[in-house]
Amino acid sequence: MSTAQLATEAKPTTPSAPPRVERGFYVRAAIIAVAVVAVIVLLPQILSLYYIDAMTQVAVYSIVALGLGVLVGRVGLISLGQAAVLAIGAWVAARLLFATSLPYEVVLLAAGVITMLLGTLVGLPALRMRGLYLALITLMLAGAITVVLASLNFPNGGHGFSGYNGALLHIPPIRRPGIAQTDPAYFRYSVIAAVIMFLIVLIHVRTKPGRAWAAIRQSEPAALAAGINTTMYKLWAFALASFVTGVAGGVLAGAVRYLYSIDFQTQDSITLLAVVLMGGAYSMWGAIVAGLLYQLLPAILNDLGISPDWLTILFGIGVLQVLTTAPTGIVDQLPKDIAKLIRFISGSSRRSAANQGSAS
Amino acid sequence: MIEVSGITVRFGGVTSLDGMSVTFAAGTCGLIGPNGAGKTTFFNVLSGFVRPASGSVQAFGEDLLSMAHFRRARWGVRRTFQTEQAIENLSVYHNVSMIHEHSKLSGSSRQDDVLGAIGLVGLESVAYAKVRTLGAGQRRLVEVARAIVGKPKLVLLDEPAAGLPEAETAHLGEIIRGIPEHTGAMTILVDHDMSLVSSCCENTAVLDFGKMIASGPTAEVLRNEQVVRAYLGAEDVAA
Repeated sequence: MSTAQLATEAKPTTPSAPPRVERGFYVRAAIIAVAVVAVIVLLPQILSLYYIDAMTQVAVYSIVALGLGVLVGRVGLISLGQAAVLAIGAWVAARLLFATSLPYEVVLLAAGVITMLLGTLVGLPALRMRGLYLALITLMLAGAITVVLASLNFPNGGHGFSGYNGALLHIPPIRRPGIAQTDPAYFRYSVIAAVIMFLIVLIHVRTKPGRAWAAIRQSEPAALAAGINTTMYKLWAFALASFVTGVAGGVLAGAVRYLYSIDFQTQDSITLLAVVLMGGAYSMWGAIVAGLLYQLLPAILNDLGISPDWLTILFGIGVLQVLTTAPTGIVDQLPKDIAKLIRFISGSSRRSAANQGSAS
Repeated sequence: MIEVSGITVRFGGVTSLDGMSVTFAAGTCGLIGPNGAGKTTFFNVLSGFVRPASGSVQAFGEDLLSMAHFRRARWGVRRTFQTEQAIENLSVYHNVSMIHEHSKLSGSSRQDDVLGAIGLVGLESVAYAKVRTLGAGQRRLVEVARAIVGKPKLVLLDEPAAGLPEAETAHLGEIIRGIPEHTGAMTILVDHDMSLVSSCCENTAVLDFGKMIASGPTAEVLRNEQVVRAYLGAEDVAA
């Protein structure tokens, strides 16, 4: 009785029904689609092989940053274990690629699902902890995973699931999908994989789970008071982040073709968190910026003959800047700064024009 | 009807609620008391954020304390918070529809129900605006709308008028007075604004140092000597 009453009695002041899509949605979707096509078609044409490979890595780490962004930006859970989760994805994919002749897409999906199951286990402590303690626990788990992988001679190249052949010299390369054998083709392949991962996360963020995460991030009591099963939604976030990171690991395996446990350092997780914060944890565009910072910037420095080790310092300063003045990251801050700069330039040119006018 | 008996809550050495027993009848009831009396702790017990050391709560014949906290909202316990907790990054509509999204109520009339609740609190002009663009008064109304949407059984309002200018408090009072009629829910109002409490609540209970010191018709309770002393301090203490 009450609901019907409420609806009918409030009729005169009832607002109109919600719009189906946001204003400008189709325009934005079209612009993004054009940009993606341009990246896939044009970039391999103009870039050298060195930068094509770097951009493949950008695609991979954009997915990793996307997953971390879900945890940090959407739910407010800080994980310092994402490099280890990526390693699990790469390891699972590499083993499946050596041991089976499954299509690459199936391997990616399997890597995502298996990583999702393992990554959700990593997320279990998150149900009781937040902030610093959760960060510490995930860091420890990441360290443990790295140690296990190293002692298993990860990933080695032998055949079968265990894959250990003892002969380090004759490791065959990890196979690539038939349609993407060359580096430019594989770059296109990884961009498409990244786009699909971004779409999966976008759907989550824009629907019921995304709204529940927004509530949890701002106030867990408010979320609980609204009937949200916060435990389930936190695990869901870990599952989603691990899934996309696992797929990224699978893409990474085919990109580098040889995997070594030394490529997955525990401290990489810390750098990942830094670039995600710098790029902008609250926006999905921030994940792309994070990928560029993490992979393209070192490639450029290398190209210029500068040691990429300087980046650690640069990222340190960057995080400091983000935390003190621009919590929403580069993605939000840069357009504002550019607008300010344009205003400043146009203002000063107008001033100088006015000065000239008065002088003559 | 809600029967609270012998609720005790301790935080370390501090006894926040000390064997609190009270019965709230249907309609809108007031719960008043000086700062630190245990009013918010009592709300936290009802919404499941605090587990009492002892005592029981029977709400409409159900044992409320045995229910998981997020299930209580689905069952019909709703609340607002002393420091307003409307979700900034969501629109007003999504803040309110959240209740429906996470309950098992039928889906057919959901949208009408959500829009109805938004209309009831007078936020129809900003229904699709993000909460972070709203002012403090409007944010409180978002919380109130979230508390009355769906089929609430028990609405807990924790100082909804705190920090509001007089005109907005008057508007809020009208909305609160309409809750029982529109939703059939029982409402408990905690506030320090005595004119709001007496204009909304037939009956009022008074907490002091975790104990009930008075309850009954609001006008009588507010004249009660013990209550006046709890609020203003005893004369011998003052002297």
